[in-house]
Amino acid sequence: MRHAHALRIGPVGFRIGSDRPEPIRALRALYRDYPAPDDGVPDFTVRLFAPGPLRRFLRPSVMIGGDFMIPDAAPLPLAQGLLAAEMAMNLQMALGQRRYLLLHASAVEREGRALLMTGISGAGKSTLGALLSARGWRLMGDEFALVDPASGRVHAFPRLVSLKNEAIAEVERAVPDGRFGPLLKDTPKGDIRHLVPDARALAAMREPAIPALLLFPRFGFEPAQRVLARSEVFVRLTQASTNYVALGEPGFVAARRLAEEVPARAIDYPDTASALAQVEALWAAL
Amino acid sequence: MTRFRAGPRADLLVAPLDAFTALYHRPSGITHLLSTPAPELLDTMGEGEWTVAELAAALAARFDLERDDAALTARLEELVDAGLVERW
Repeated sequence: MRHAHALRIGPVGFRIGSDRPEPIRALRALYRDYPAPDDGVPDFTVRLFAPGPLRRFLRPSVMIGGDFMIPDAAPLPLAQGLLAAEMAMNLQMALGQRRYLLLHASAVEREGRALLMTGISGAGKSTLGALLSARGWRLMGDEFALVDPASGRVHAFPRLVSLKNEAIAEVERAVPDGRFGPLLKDTPKGDIRHLVPDARALAAMREPAIPALLLFPRFGFEPAQRVLARSEVFVRLTQASTNYVALGEPGFVAARRLAEEVPARAIDYPDTASALAQVEALWAAL
Repeated sequence: MTRFRAGPRADLLVAPLDAFTALYHRPSGITHLLSTPAPELLDTMGEGEWTVAELAAALAARFDLERDDAALTARLEELVDAGLVERW
């Protein structure tokens, strides 16, 4: 590919290649403080290419490809090349990651212990992760938490925080000195703006943490908390994992250990202030 | 006479969680979530071969249960369908 950039997020190295320079330029700018893959060898390769020869010029758009592909993925407008790169990197992780149990979760750390928040899209994972990192927590990631089946520890994956719709303005207010990407309007996921994780998150991206609290947040409800049975936690974790089945026995071992050893709560919240208060109170009570 | 047997114990990773037991079946790579009496049934069967009558007697002795061979047969057939027990 004519244009390329290589980088490491936590323990995972990527090489992103593109027919067009724009997505790579945007990636380079936002990922400028990220290290190169270990020994220069990426774990995953991502390709962004034009859907056909004419589409390089006419309504230019990008298709997502790489080591793992979804055959019927729709192209994105070139202006959303950054989103395409991000989606392609997520896809490689979701389909190809075999070393860690991948949980669709945001994670923050304090004193070596990790809080994991998992839930459906729109539950507030990214927003809560970004807001907690502005309040003294170390952001480990807003999309994937990597659980090592051997040690039970969580490894960070602090990619760019992907803020959507109403969360954009809220996080802009809470992190006035944050480094944000361009506002991407009208993407398939609505409006999106990326936030670069802070210097602390990047400096410590290789430091794992011991999982200490599992939260299953739900946005749009009156404040409420519920202790979850271990079996429910186990099932929810298998559902929140993109590679549980592919991982086989190590995935079972990792999910079982989390379900058995880590306190878990479902929390409902009507606004982020309520969520943050509940999180801090639950953490203080551990 | 139909006989039933569970696979080798080493094929199973068993995690009693609460009212449910999570079970990983190594040969198939499938995770099962079992409720009573399935975990007790598998445990009692061990690696032996059983007729329904033999197993019903063993369960009645072990768990102080009323014998119900029809219900036991139904539970065994469920485990056969799940791939955890073989008809022998």
